[in-house]
Amino acid sequence: MTESCGKTHKKIETPLARAKGLGSAKSGYKHWWMQRVTALALIPLSVWLLFHLPNIFTASYAEAQLWMSDPWNAVTLLLFLWAAFYHALLGLEVIIEDYVHCHVGKPVMLIFTRFLFLGAGVMAVYAVLKINFA
Amino acid sequence: MKQRPLSPHLQVYRPQITSVLSILHRITGAGLTGGLLLLGWGIWSLSHSAEAYQCFTECMAHPLGKLVTIGFIWALCYHLLNGIRHLFWDAGLGFKMAAVNASGWVTVIASFVLTAVFACLYFY
Ligand code: HEM
Repeated sequence: MTESCGKTHKKIETPLARAKGLGSAKSGYKHWWMQRVTALALIPLSVWLLFHLPNIFTASYAEAQLWMSDPWNAVTLLLFLWAAFYHALLGLEVIIEDYVHCHVGKPVMLIFTRFLFLGAGVMAVYAVLKINFA
Repeated sequence: MKQRPLSPHLQVYRPQITSVLSILHRITGAGLTGGLLLLGWGIWSLSHSAEAYQCFTECMAHPLGKLVTIGFIWALCYHLLNGIRHLFWDAGLGFKMAAVNASGWVTVIASFVLTAVFACLYFY
């Protein structure tokens, strides 16, 4: 038995394995954990986005440019984009792993999803930076 | 793979608030990834040119675009509120059936109320 946070756990892993956070699968813990960390970050960021979305979806070109040029808006949007694209990719991977069983289709879809969301995320970040610095 | 008989699965169960909200979390999560790509298109068009951005906002002003926008707002409100439930569960809290049912109904009702509020904010 080991003690942690005042709770008693059955000792089923070595202290090193425990410190590394690796279960029997050897990987995946980080995936699960980052889904939660990004979710936590997305709570305030999504509320912020809900209030600001009209500045991108319905505003005029001049209004939207002005909004995006505000440093606080740009920085908060960049933080949202980072957390949301990361969280979305992790979430889609879980869904694909659950439903796609074909030995060819699964890795192909996982790789395609990764390329798509990394690509779209970098494009969105690039666009925000371009508006602010070009 | 060899086809073996399967035991009865989800379809034999009566829908319950727990199971329905659970699958809705997944559906809204998947839908939101599409919304994220849409947001990316909007930001990209804004950085590209006035014409490209106008093309984007005209799509969003179309009745279908408005429907997508309202769907995005609802999906985000629902997934956000239900995500908070998930995080409480991950922390080991709120597992009593009464708490699960109560937080579930609060999530459903609040998601619709918030969607109505934000839809008014966006379009009026
Ligand atoms: C644009 C924003 C978002 C997108 C695209 C998104 C997408 C997703 C996807 C695809 C999943 C996987 C669903 C599944 O495995 O069934 C997921 C799971 C999750 N999301 Fe989000 N999400 C977003 C915002 C949020 C927010 C704001 C929260 C706030 C708490 C949140 C909390 C969670 C949690 C806790 C999970 C894990 C649920 C589970 O393990 O079943 N998400 N999200």
